Amino acid sequence: MSMPDHLDIDEAEEERPRSGSRLPASLRRDQPLVPVDSVAGRALVVVIAILTFLAALSAGAALLAARASEQWRGAVANEMTIQVRPDPRRNIEQDIARAVELARAVPSVAEARPMPRAESDKLLEPWLGAGLDLVELPIPRLIVLRLSSSSANDLVAFSQTLRREVPSATLDDHRLWVRRLSTMASTIILAGVAVVLLVLVAAGLAVAFATRGAMAGSRDSVEVLHFVGATDEFIAREFQTRFVALGLRGGAVGGLAAIIAIALLGFLSSAWSATPEADQLQALFGAFEIGWSGYAVVILVAAVVAAIAGLVSRLTVRHYLRAMG
Amino acid sequence: MVRFENVGLRYGMGPEVLKDINFSIAPRSFQYLTGPSGAGKTTLIRLVLMALKPTRGLVNLFGQDVSRLEAATLTDFRRRMGVVFQDFRLLDHLTVYENVALPLRVLGKEEAGYRAEVVELLRWVGLGERMHAVPAVLSGGEKQRAAIARALISRPQLLLADEPTGNVDPGLGRRLLRLFMELQSLGTAVVIATHDIALMELYDAPRLVLADGHLHVDA
Repeated sequence: MSMPDHLDIDEAEEERPRSGSRLPASLRRDQPLVPVDSVAGRALVVVIAILTFLAALSAGAALLAARASEQWRGAVANEMTIQVRPDPRRNIEQDIARAVELARAVPSVAEARPMPRAESDKLLEPWLGAGLDLVELPIPRLIVLRLSSSSANDLVAFSQTLRREVPSATLDDHRLWVRRLSTMASTIILAGVAVVLLVLVAAGLAVAFATRGAMAGSRDSVEVLHFVGATDEFIAREFQTRFVALGLRGGAVGGLAAIIAIALLGFLSSAWSATPEADQLQALFGAFEIGWSGYAVVILVAAVVAAIAGLVSRLTVRHYLRAMG
Repeated sequence: MVRFENVGLRYGMGPEVLKDINFSIAPRSFQYLTGPSGAGKTTLIRLVLMALKPTRGLVNLFGQDVSRLEAATLTDFRRRMGVVFQDFRLLDHLTVYENVALPLRVLGKEEAGYRAEVVELLRWVGLGERMHAVPAVLSGGEKQRAAIARALISRPQLLLADEPTGNVDPGLGRRLLRLFMELQSLGTAVVIATHDIALMELYDAPRLVLADGHLHVDA
């Protein structure tokens, strides 16, 4: 604005307009229009951090279950067993030999290995105890088949041939186990995803309430912004910027805490790997390690929480401004 | 520029606080809005600012009936007006510089683009050395001048000042009045709401007098 030189607004302290505009280096010039460092803002950061931590842990657990399930299915799907039941009318060794012969003729079977009697007896030890003479018991014998490919269409025909040629033998393709494992893993994954979604909804609601509180506290400022020509869009953007910043801070803290917690659990599980409990856990879940993709998911959860904070605050502000108008 | 015809306003089911208001404000004009405390001066200013809707009558701003304004047009009209609130309404967490720059900032302008303009205006109103201060540490007069500078920075076509001398000593009040007269000579229509008769006697201008909810123009 070009101002006349002759205006005597204050003779004592009048400074004539000067060209140029050297500002003090310490002058704050781009403060957010919505105050950021309020007590409510800090409380919201803590709430978002806790929710992000829980969501990230849930996502990590779901990922761990998915990876373990994949490992189980991979191991089980590449293997089949033929079970040969003892029949007093038949020679079991001949049946085993015939079944192995038939199996080796199937193209998708890479290897057929009859399990020695001693080895199959050992499988019963956990249930029956060691040192028992199992010779008199009618214990079925097993033939372990290793498959060369997962698309084994010839196995249906093989199953029928086996039933016809060796009536005491049955082919177990582990479908039941795979189905059960898949169901269990899917349940864990779904529960993890549901928890993540619930936590994101809770984060959204927390931000909505905080935004309404901030709007109510800044009602005068909002009115002034309107009077100086700010559009609803501009005001909503200012609030959104504030809440994205709060969401990012909370998300970063919560995500970092989750990463540290997961890494710590991985470290502890590897440190205790010699114990029987750790072995059981390892058998069930594999290594307690979510990998880079898992850490990326944790960071993604934190980013989604921040994005939700921005989006929800924007929608809340627009709604509030419409109600004000 | 501003035309009110038979405008009435009531809050809820209460009695009318403003009745049959008729007046107009011409471009580049200067007028006082006066009346006793509680007469409705601030309410009338809020009607001009479109912060309140009249319960009856016609309000015409910049040639348009405000009852049919789009939100975007309303914002555009507000950008053509500058307002000095009785209680200043400076944003407490912002510096004087940021408060004065606010109308330009909401337009989406880059800070570097308006810096010289803001500094020049701050020096013009005698706040060149106080631009880094926050409102909490300013005196009443300084806040008043900061509020005035904020109202002027976007070069409004219409300036509405609500009791602009109410918080300052008579000497500063006179100087502020000279500032408003200067603005009028630069092309801004000025409306000063005041009940300070001494101030109005310093410069003769039409008076819009509010009393008992009615308004008459004392030319």
